[in-house]
Amino acid sequence: MARYVAKRLGLALITLVLLSVIVFAAAQLLPGDLGRSVLGREVSDEAVAEYNREHGLDRPIVVQYLDWASGAVRGDLGNSLVPPEEPVWIVLRPALVNSLKLALYAFVLVVPFGILGGVIAGLNAGRLGDRAITIFGLPLAVIPDFITGLVLILVFAIWLGWLPVTAQWDEGAGPLTQVKYLTLPALALAIVLFGYIARITRAGVIEALDADYTRTAYLKGLPEGTVIRRHVLRNALLPTIAVIATQVGYLLGGLLAIELMFNYRGIGLTVIEAATLKDYNMLAAGVLVIGFAYVLVTLVADILFALLNPRIRYEAIE
Amino acid sequence: MSAPVLELTELDVRYRVRGRDRRVLRGVSLRIEPGESYGLVGESGCGKSTAALAIVRYLPRNGKVAGGSVSVAGRDALALRGRDLREYHARTVSMVYQNPGAALNPSMRVGAQVVEAVTVLGVPTSEATERARAALARVQIADPDSVMQRYPHQLSGGMQQRALIAMALAKDPALLILDEPTTGLDATVEAEVLDLVSQLQAELHTSVLFISHNLGVISKMCSRVGVLYAGRLVEEGPVEMVLQDPRHPYTVGLLRCIPRGGVRKDHGRLDTIPGFLPSLGAELPGCVFATRCALADERCHVEEPPLVAVTSGHESRCWYQERARDLPREEADDLALPPVDRSSPPLVDITEVTKVFRQRGHDVHALTEVSAAIWPGETLGLVGESGSGKTTLARTLLGIVPPTSGAAALDGKALPPRYQKRSQAELRALQIVFQNPDSALNRRHSVRRILLRSLKKLAGIGGREAEQRMLALADRVRLAERTLTQKPVQLSGGLKQRVAIARAFAGDPKLVVCDEPTSALDVSVQAAILNLLVELQTEQRVSYLFISHDLGVVRYISDRIAVLYLGRLQELGPADVVFDGPHHPYTEALLSAVPTVDGGGRERIKLEGEIPSAAAPPSGCVFHTRCPRKLGAICEQSEPPLIEVEEGHLMRCHIPLEELRRLQAKDSVTA
Amino acid sequence: MTSVAEPRASSEASVARRERVRLLLRSPSFLVGAGVILFWVLCAILGDRITPFDPRFDQTEDLSAPPSWEHFFGTDRLGRDVFSRVLAGSRDILLIAPAAALLATIFGTALGLITGYLRGIADDTISRLIDAVLAIPLIFFALTVVAALGSRSTYSVALVIALAFSPIIARTVRAAVLGEAQLDYVEAARLRGERASYVMFSEVLPNVMPPILVEATIRLGYAIFAVATLTFIGFGLQPPSPDWAVQITDNYPYLAEEWWTVLFPALAIASLVVAVNLVSDSVQEVLER
Repeated sequence: MARYVAKRLGLALITLVLLSVIVFAAAQLLPGDLGRSVLGREVSDEAVAEYNREHGLDRPIVVQYLDWASGAVRGDLGNSLVPPEEPVWIVLRPALVNSLKLALYAFVLVVPFGILGGVIAGLNAGRLGDRAITIFGLPLAVIPDFITGLVLILVFAIWLGWLPVTAQWDEGAGPLTQVKYLTLPALALAIVLFGYIARITRAGVIEALDADYTRTAYLKGLPEGTVIRRHVLRNALLPTIAVIATQVGYLLGGLLAIELMFNYRGIGLTVIEAATLKDYNMLAAGVLVIGFAYVLVTLVADILFALLNPRIRYEAIE
Repeated sequence: MSAPVLELTELDVRYRVRGRDRRVLRGVSLRIEPGESYGLVGESGCGKSTAALAIVRYLPRNGKVAGGSVSVAGRDALALRGRDLREYHARTVSMVYQNPGAALNPSMRVGAQVVEAVTVLGVPTSEATERARAALARVQIADPDSVMQRYPHQLSGGMQQRALIAMALAKDPALLILDEPTTGLDATVEAEVLDLVSQLQAELHTSVLFISHNLGVISKMCSRVGVLYAGRLVEEGPVEMVLQDPRHPYTVGLLRCIPRGGVRKDHGRLDTIPGFLPSLGAELPGCVFATRCALADERCHVEEPPLVAVTSGHESRCWYQERARDLPREEADDLALPPVDRSSPPLVDITEVTKVFRQRGHDVHALTEVSAAIWPGETLGLVGESGSGKTTLARTLLGIVPPTSGAAALDGKALPPRYQKRSQAELRALQIVFQNPDSALNRRHSVRRILLRSLKKLAGIGGREAEQRMLALADRVRLAERTLTQKPVQLSGGLKQRVAIARAFAGDPKLVVCDEPTSALDVSVQAAILNLLVELQTEQRVSYLFISHDLGVVRYISDRIAVLYLGRLQELGPADVVFDGPHHPYTEALLSAVPTVDGGGRERIKLEGEIPSAAAPPSGCVFHTRCPRKLGAICEQSEPPLIEVEEGHLMRCHIPLEELRRLQAKDSVTA
Repeated sequence: MTSVAEPRASSEASVARRERVRLLLRSPSFLVGAGVILFWVLCAILGDRITPFDPRFDQTEDLSAPPSWEHFFGTDRLGRDVFSRVLAGSRDILLIAPAAALLATIFGTALGLITGYLRGIADDTISRLIDAVLAIPLIFFALTVVAALGSRSTYSVALVIALAFSPIIARTVRAAVLGEAQLDYVEAARLRGERASYVMFSEVLPNVMPPILVEATIRLGYAIFAVATLTFIGFGLQPPSPDWAVQITDNYPYLAEEWWTVLFPALAIASLVVAVNLVSDSVQEVLER
């Protein structure tokens, strides 16, 4: 088990390093002459050169990367390229907290319902309950979240007036108010995931129902409830956990459109603004933070999966 | 006569496949008396497992009982619902099936799974653990406490099957159904499990329905047997009567297919059953076997024969049961097999090949200094339990796995260790026929494309010439021309294996590795494939390295036999010498483990414990931990050398040959 | 001795293929999905010829008019007919999304074959890189690359989406190839001296086609999803394209007053995405039987 965790940690570290390389390459190399890109076409070459020297952009690329990456390890993600050029972390930290609140809320909303829906569908495969869940789950899983969000705003905020149109609460709002403001965006994020999680769970349940060990349990004469709880679900839900973790990526990806739509100061909105203003430092830092969050979540999920899965837990003994 | 434990009356089961009901069981009737052990035998697709699933009421969703009745311990099993059905499962009937690894819940400790089978009977939890431990002890699990704490994947296949048998017997069922319980287990493990079942059955007087494709196993385990063909019971009776005096042409054919009684390829060819099993649920107005029966006449095709009594308790469903034994032989002409000339240099020479795998930080010794030679036109049989290194040896020869040390030579010339470095001529000379023809043939390529490509690469020809050679090749392996345009999925297992053989022979190979080439096939198909291999050997003087766990098959086809244990060559010699003895104690145990159709014969030599891990092989003679003839300290301390104990017969044992001869002769007398 | 032949019909392969097509044609979800896609494709081809008004034409009267008999979906603040604009709005996305999905499938399949079949260092390196790319949520990745490139042309959007999707496809293909490479026919091919490229493309590839096909149709759905989202956040298609997502972005600030200018294009996107997924679902079901 320790071996497994160590191996998994090592892989996560490698992923992080490569992630930083990719982000650096995308945000700092692709624009070509960064100074020119930031300052615009009208500025003289001398001014661009001056800007580049000031920001250390005239150094070799590898040095720039190492400088940037070592800063990132120390928690220093550099300064914004847009005046007043404050450290990006000052902007990113509150944004990250906001995004985490939203993502967590969505996650808590969707996971139990998604799994429940999948289990019900799987246990009734081919019957009415299954049909209903698969038929409604599919469109929910594939319609872009900003469209779901639009409809939600239109219905619940504009027409019915039950919930606020934006997600940005006034300063000093209590947790309950925050929950109220976050409900619509969280729902928009959650609905996309619902269909997906339900689908994976359903497939897992059907597979476990057909397994030999389920036959063994049934032929022991156990009550159906026990067979399903102890034998079917225990084995069906295990792989589901691993899959759900990978879906966190989709959830985080949804933050962009949803935060923009609800005008919510999270990482997504910050990144969009940075991209619009060509603040490549802020952009790179935002994307790196999101990637880091994703790697962390999958790492935790994998270790959790291993803890629940005796095959991996006892690997060391064998 | 007391009431039967199981009574099937005219049981009809149908599966709905592509919108049509297909009849899988056609009016099967049978009775099992209290304490009786009844064998149901037949080839794949005959409906054996369907019968079992119908009895335990676990037919797949598309299956239904369309007629007839199932009565277990006097109750109508088909009428049970809800609570009664649960009680029926909990107390009356138990089932153990193939592939024990899949039958146990992978995420629950073994102990909890056994306890479950006990608590369902109403035993309080406190007592249940004790009962579960007792149940595991009853199936001769030496350390039940530690086994209970383990997860299924931490147990060997044999142990898993014991745990399942413990669960099945914990309720003391009226009827125990065993569906191919030892298929896929090693012969020695199989023998242990079978011994265990017989012993427990004798103790508990449980009635057993034993389902198997293996007539030898049925003969060892059962007192009565029913032969199932295309969902119809075609013959039934006491085991000795049915096997010694079969009265249905199908049973006769089946028995003739099996290589047994020391028959070898130079004694004659094996019989086969011509034709194919009728497709699932086909309408068969007459006798179900008529289309494949050499005795069949017009009447057989239109009118189904009833089960008629041959003698008391022995019945056959054949119009001509008195003539069944005179069934004309399918393969009559014997071959003139040229003798192997061992004075010439060998074709392949394997010298001190050692292979060490690195696995999770451990060295696994798959092969240790194995040497063997194969002469032109010779078959070297390779036997041993799983993990003995059989397949690794074949793979090092083919260059798929490079040896850690040692080398192989072809025609006196050293072979590069990896196939990538071998010349096209060397690749062509060494080919392989795999165990599983489904995996061996590309599903997307037609037979034609498969053969043409092999001809191009191995024979170096293309165009019209290749076309003609392909037809000749197909003809040689008896593939009809129209199969050439088909894809593997359209072919039966036997036909697929013919294609695989044709592919291996495309470039006139000098040696073909046959890695369990018939173990995925039914016996009647196996016989045809073995005949084909022998035929090709006669025509082309090709050599085979033949791997099989079926000792009857190995004996039939091999000129010499090598016995491997834990990667070490234990014995090597002419087939008859190795089989007739005196043999290495390990060979002796292997041979005695095999249940034969003829029954009796050898005293079972029990092997203690499980095969040690190749990562930590025992000191001295690697076999000493399980050897029934262990001498003492010397076996633990020093590894005996492989010496030629008599002309062409090598053995690795501290016991002198004459002593072995004396010991083994004594035991077979007392048997 | 006579040759051994199978008693079954020799044309079973083509029968199976025909049966698959028949099954597809009998599946209601395939029919509905294909019908909707066909409708939008026709709209894209016919364009202005079928719209009641010119989708680009501004009027001076009837600004921001709610749905009526004259303007089924109302008009926007420039007086353009929303119904006409919805009919015309499928063109760009129906070019970009399939192009992106196709490119991604080709690229991802090549990567998947190489990593899954060759293994070794190539596999380790590429697989780690794929892991790293996949750690960045897709839209974030696309946004970063589009922003850095500075170009928001139709081509670069299609390319960026293709780039972002290929690792996902590569991973699926790799898994399929790994399973396939275990099979003995691959070993048989090596043992007759076939080159790696032959084994990959002629032996393995045909066998992993079904999952690739399924993956491609799934990616098509997600490509529409991604392009629409990217456009919505301002980094995809740009005005004056009559694209649905462009319409939504333009009019979103006035959602409260002029909901019809946003809702109808939104429903159009939804209908297309759902239709594509209905088709990919039924294809998957038929292929995996």
